[in-house]
Amino acid sequence: MAEIAEGGGGGHDKGKKRAKKSSTKVDMTPMVDLAFLLLTFFVLTSTFSKPKVMSLVYPAKIDPKEKLDQPKINNAITFLLSEDKIFYYSGQYYSKGNPEGKPATQLEETNFGPKGVRKLLADRNEYVLKGKEGLDKKLEAKQIQDSTYVRMLIDFKKHKEALKVLIKTDDKATCKNFIDLIDELKIAEIGVVAPVDMLASELDLLNAKLNK
Amino acid sequence: MPKIKIPKSSPSIDMTPMVDLAFLLVTFFMLAASFRSSEPVEVDVPSSISDKIIPENVLLVTVDRGGRVFFNLSDPEARRELIQNMSAKYKIGFSQEQIDKFTFMSSFGCTMRELPQYIDMSADQRKMFNTKGIPLDSTNNQLKDWVFYGNIAALNTGKTAYEEAKLKGESPEVNDFKPKFILKVDNKALYVHAQHVVDVFRDLELNNLNFITSMEMAPL
Repeated sequence: MAEIAEGGGGGHDKGKKRAKKSSTKVDMTPMVDLAFLLLTFFVLTSTFSKPKVMSLVYPAKIDPKEKLDQPKINNAITFLLSEDKIFYYSGQYYSKGNPEGKPATQLEETNFGPKGVRKLLADRNEYVLKGKEGLDKKLEAKQIQDSTYVRMLIDFKKHKEALKVLIKTDDKATCKNFIDLIDELKIAEIGVVAPVDMLASELDLLNAKLNK
Repeated sequence: MPKIKIPKSSPSIDMTPMVDLAFLLVTFFMLAASFRSSEPVEVDVPSSISDKIIPENVLLVTVDRGGRVFFNLSDPEARRELIQNMSAKYKIGFSQEQIDKFTFMSSFGCTMRELPQYIDMSADQRKMFNTKGIPLDSTNNQLKDWVFYGNIAALNTGKTAYEEAKLKGESPEVNDFKPKFILKVDNKALYVHAQHVVDVFRDLELNNLNFITSMEMAPL
């Protein structure tokens, strides 16, 4: 390329000086090394997976001035969380010696394993799970539209027969327990979930169970 | 018999296509990579089966292991409006430079009084900064103001974004542009701490909350 012709016009002299022919090819190995190094770095550091979120709708706060009567919930289960333990009771809460003459509420203990809460919820929420199964089949056979499927599933979840869940925590429960429980409720297709405050009598019952 | 000539092949191969490809990939990953902004605390989030990805316009409240509370708003424009409102409310002045810096900050967990000092710190100093988190007790509920003004600011920027998208001829969904409220809680944090934050949201009639979780396989 950049050759400097020396002693031009001298004809074919015997002692002619020839510039060294340099190759046009450059050694690309170091550049390639660098390129792959950068490539590896970016592949390893880039985070493609955005974090996931789980939505939870809390019940609206009720003005303490307008005391509403506790609505009667027929098919409900109440979970009480403390430390790493989980307790539950079904239906309404009855204190000892209640005027209705119902037996006092007893807490049952369960666990976060697949044989614990998951089985319990699957058994209790059979109505919705069966309904969902039927809908799934219909959707697969293209008998119903996607939007119909979503609407009908919500109808199932809001039905009288569907299980409703109340969650109460004491001051020793961790966020992990809480999220795990919400997760189990999602797995069991529970539509109505309400994290509510614990009653003093329930707390006593829970503490009695914990101290055992 | 004629001699069979074996063509002399050079031992070096032409690497140009490979280099082209390598650089193409480097460029792609460089542009696609989104570096995680340094958060003031490490939070180990619980796992769930939810596969909903985190939305764009978010108001994020972090609760760390010790129950300290941190606040973050994703939209830079909304942050600018937010700090101006907060500055007026708490009568704490910020210089233009501090406001600009705040706009591109990540989560923070300090009181309003500490905030100007905190903004001026370098990233390393912020990590060392000993904070008690944003106060949210009933006498000094600063988190409530952050959430309240943050929501207003994010609603405003969301609205402009919605109108811009509408002008472009797209058919946007209004709800997609509204801010979503995200809670990032640590596995080991006590639920009462999270509950205090939830109560702040519920006091403002913001009942639809989201928890950040890591992915877990759904049971079959």
